[in-house]
Amino acid sequence: MGIPAVRERASLPDQNQLARFELLIVPHMKAAYNLARWLTRNDHDAEDVVQEAYLRAYRFFGGFQGADGRAWLLAIVRNTCNTWLQQNRRLTPEENLFEAESREPNPEAAVIGNIDRELLRRAIEDLPGDFREAIVLREMEGLSYKEIGAITGVPVGTVMSRLARARARLARALGKSSAGGVA
Amino acid sequence: MTCKDARALLTAYVDSELDVANSIQIQAHLEDCAACARIVDNQQRVRSAIQSSSLTHEPPDEFQQRIRRGVRAESGAARGRSRPAAAWPWIAIAAGVLLAIFVTGKVAFGPSGPPSDLVAQEIVDSHIRSTMPGHLTDVESTDRHTVKPWFNGKLDFAPPVEDFAADGFPLTGGRLDAIGGKTVAALIYRRNRHLINLYVWPSTEPASTPALRAIQGYNLVHWNQAGFACWLVSDLNSDELQQLAARLRGSLR
Repeated sequence: MGIPAVRERASLPDQNQLARFELLIVPHMKAAYNLARWLTRNDHDAEDVVQEAYLRAYRFFGGFQGADGRAWLLAIVRNTCNTWLQQNRRLTPEENLFEAESREPNPEAAVIGNIDRELLRRAIEDLPGDFREAIVLREMEGLSYKEIGAITGVPVGTVMSRLARARARLARALGKSSAGGVA
Repeated sequence: MTCKDARALLTAYVDSELDVANSIQIQAHLEDCAACARIVDNQQRVRSAIQSSSLTHEPPDEFQQRIRRGVRAESGAARGRSRPAAAWPWIAIAAGVLLAIFVTGKVAFGPSGPPSDLVAQEIVDSHIRSTMPGHLTDVESTDRHTVKPWFNGKLDFAPPVEDFAADGFPLTGGRLDAIGGKTVAALIYRRNRHLINLYVWPSTEPASTPALRAIQGYNLVHWNQAGFACWLVSDLNSDELQQLAARLRGSLR
């Protein structure tokens, strides 16, 4: 009757794992969804990506040793998004670039002080993926350069230059009159 | 500091990622250089525009529940006799991607906070969720004799249910919630227009006196008593929240 003993030994860590996962990873679902939604730019795809990312995360949770469950999960969400975007051969953000840059700025938003929320949302959606993820992680999740670098797999200096360029594009999109000084 | 040197650091300055020495140098430079000052100003405007525009996307509640169920199902499947490897062909792909993360350890950051930090954050998240329309109460009543029996059979413990209307903290209802993967009792009190959630679950932690903390602008009071872990959370001021904690502690004794 060795089998039940073996199974019991196997199931106990699984239960601990579920409890730990529910404590450390599940609560970050909003951050996961927000990132996936901004990267896929559509509700349905974001749900699929988050669902798959959570299953992946659970599968690989045994290897999670860090302290920051949110950053760990967001790295998985990002990788899942990238895989997904490649598989679905969507238009890459870069291909969208010219359209974005040629769009006439809304005169109402000529001064950045009068922000048109919808214009801003569209301007972020039109950013190249690398820039967009940096903006989402920095401005919406409040992560540090180091954390963003860890999630996106680039050096801190790259995070900084992406943020600088992303903000310059956003400033331009929001109002050409005040964009003169943005390098 | 020359403009060329400053330009390389302006974004880090905007994000408060510079050390003090460099920050001071940049500040000095900005006073003399209108072009760099304009770049900083534009970056800050973009930042505050994003942050004040509430652009985050919220997952639908139904979807959040679906994920929770999915995780539980996956946990059950992992415990089953046969590994559902065939059902998850993406595992092999994911393994490669994730291996890179684990090998380089890129996502392993600094030291962790105590586990109660995670619980506290979950409490705040739960509290915020509960303030959304239709999410507050499962059983709505100002009568503890209605609220208390409502929990019967829904929990494997009997939460303490007391009304403090006489002290200005009326009980307005109760509901089930999930904290740290456990089903817990949530009791809702009001203080004038402020909503207060009391989370209670059985705990083997030693008894402790109330500890106050603040997360994202919400006040929390936590203590362990009589075999229960108790968490109060509200946007109410800390003094009045501690008053309610004192009343609750008196009733638990």
